[in-house]
Amino acid sequence: MANNKKQQQQEAPARLTLGLVAGASLILFASILVSLLFGPVSIRPDRIFLEILDRLPGISIDSGLSTIQEAIVWDVRLPRIILGLIVGGLLAVAGASYQGVFRNPLADPYLLGVAAGAGLGATIAIVSGATNGEGMFDALPIAAFLGSAVAVAITLAVGGAVGRSTSTASLLLAGVAVASLFTAIQTYIQQRESATLRQVYSWILGRLSTSGWDEVIMILPYAAISLIVMFSMKGALDVLAVGEEEALSLGIRPRRVRWIIIGAASLAAASAVAVSGLIAFVGIIVPHAVRLVVGASNRLVVPLSFFIGASFLILTDLLARTLQSPAELPIGVVTAFFGAPFFLFVLRRRSDGII
Amino acid sequence: MASYNLLNIQGLEVKLGGKKVVNNVSLSVNSGDWLSIIGPNGSGKSSLLRAIAGIIPALGTVHFQGADLMQTEPRTRAQIVSIVPQIPVVPPRVRVIDYVLLGRTPYLGRGFQPTHEDISLGLSVMEDLDLHDMADRFVTEMSGGERQRVIIARSLVQQPNLLLLDEPTTALDMGHQQEVLELVDQQRKRLGLTVLSAFHDLTLASQYGTSMALLVNGKITKSGLPNEILTEATLKDIYGANVSVHNDGDRVSIVPKRGNRLEGNSNSNDIG
Repeated sequence: MANNKKQQQQEAPARLTLGLVAGASLILFASILVSLLFGPVSIRPDRIFLEILDRLPGISIDSGLSTIQEAIVWDVRLPRIILGLIVGGLLAVAGASYQGVFRNPLADPYLLGVAAGAGLGATIAIVSGATNGEGMFDALPIAAFLGSAVAVAITLAVGGAVGRSTSTASLLLAGVAVASLFTAIQTYIQQRESATLRQVYSWILGRLSTSGWDEVIMILPYAAISLIVMFSMKGALDVLAVGEEEALSLGIRPRRVRWIIIGAASLAAASAVAVSGLIAFVGIIVPHAVRLVVGASNRLVVPLSFFIGASFLILTDLLARTLQSPAELPIGVVTAFFGAPFFLFVLRRRSDGII
Repeated sequence: MASYNLLNIQGLEVKLGGKKVVNNVSLSVNSGDWLSIIGPNGSGKSSLLRAIAGIIPALGTVHFQGADLMQTEPRTRAQIVSIVPQIPVVPPRVRVIDYVLLGRTPYLGRGFQPTHEDISLGLSVMEDLDLHDMADRFVTEMSGGERQRVIIARSLVQQPNLLLLDEPTTALDMGHQQEVLELVDQQRKRLGLTVLSAFHDLTLASQYGTSMALLVNGKITKSGLPNEILTEATLKDIYGANVSVHNDGDRVSIVPKRGNRLEGNSNSNDIG
């Protein structure tokens, strides 16, 4: 009987089971909890735990926290955790989708000019003094978002027109060219306005800084739309994996599918960058880590990347704000510090046909 | 025209880089037959099959069992035609069961999630092709013969009425070539498939094809029974090869001959 069951498991196709979702949710939930309990302002974790229990329906406990401490937990830590959840999830899912569409394990969410475009937009906002660094109507995230959107649009227009053939290479090359053009302009502006260098630099290194719930609310609609589209396309990605001609012979329209996924992933990356700057490596390493555990099927990799990317960013942000508190490390530094060695490890395994 | 028992191709043309690689090809094949397509390298065999499969742009008409395949949208067409490509793209770290079930894509709903029926169909095809205990292996880690069976399993799971094979045995040794072709022939007879297959190996082409077409420079120059097409003169003329042809009923076997090759060529020039 046991043998039979094992056989059945081996013969079962890749499927997102309840167990996998539950496991991934548990990791995410634990990350959120740990990040609520600890922070640069020292508040006794056991009291925070009671405070959390107190907020559950049907439970009433006096946690003994002062009003200010309660506010730190609910209005400072929680929004930042939720922003980390959304940004980490978006970057990881966008990375998994790009890797699937381009059939290239090194693809990341900033591939098509998102990073350079956002960088230029943010630089312009900072230099022109349009940003005051807070609030929903701050110009910086909007400028960064518009910069990414323009850069990706140019990449798609040029690369797509050239690449009407079966290759995605021209799209990638167009992305490289657009990125260097935007970076050149950004560097030129920075050189002329060197007083703002520090501010631009700190933005580029990435940070999850929140002013209450504004950033979360701002990013939420774009996050929701792009995630829904990318999740619904996860099965199509598995078909695209056999190449354009074979995908067509299996009855899907590869170019249409590819455009939809690229559009959604670019929207996801641009929204993430707008509120967090350039956070390195999440979009590359998280999908690979997931793949190492559950295999290559995008029906698993895409949704699970959301949970793992969200958890990873929440935890790295916890490190970023506590390691040198009260000073704060740029989160991009922390993700790269852990991401780069892992990435090298993955690259080495790649020669064994692991990826 | 639109006979229900026929694959009927009229005036098919494929251009690649401004060159007509398939030039005004017309042919018809009865349902359940196996047409072997032969021709030298670069004669357009692959392009012809890919055009019939609808995966590269082409002009002309392809009617199959009443349906105009050129006007059929990909999903519906994929329920009728499947193709085993010459060099299939095998993605890394994909398990055999997942790869085989890709063949169900044209039947799946929006979530691309195979149903129990899809899975049991996949498993029964894998059973037929002797793949039942390999479901959990990675396709990239299989031997050439196993991999070819997996790819054929994918195309059979598609439940096509028309199966296109693009030099399906080129990478295989003699035993595995026969194994794979016997398998396809069994399935053809069992399911009434119509098979079009491009061949490199002329002996195999003649042994499995119920009829044969010779493609040269994108045009069909001869079609008929294998023993009508595969003559020593034709093979010298088209392939520039010195062979002896041994007849065995409708089938033939071809043995390459050593020696006098250069002389033979200059002779044929003299004649020409």
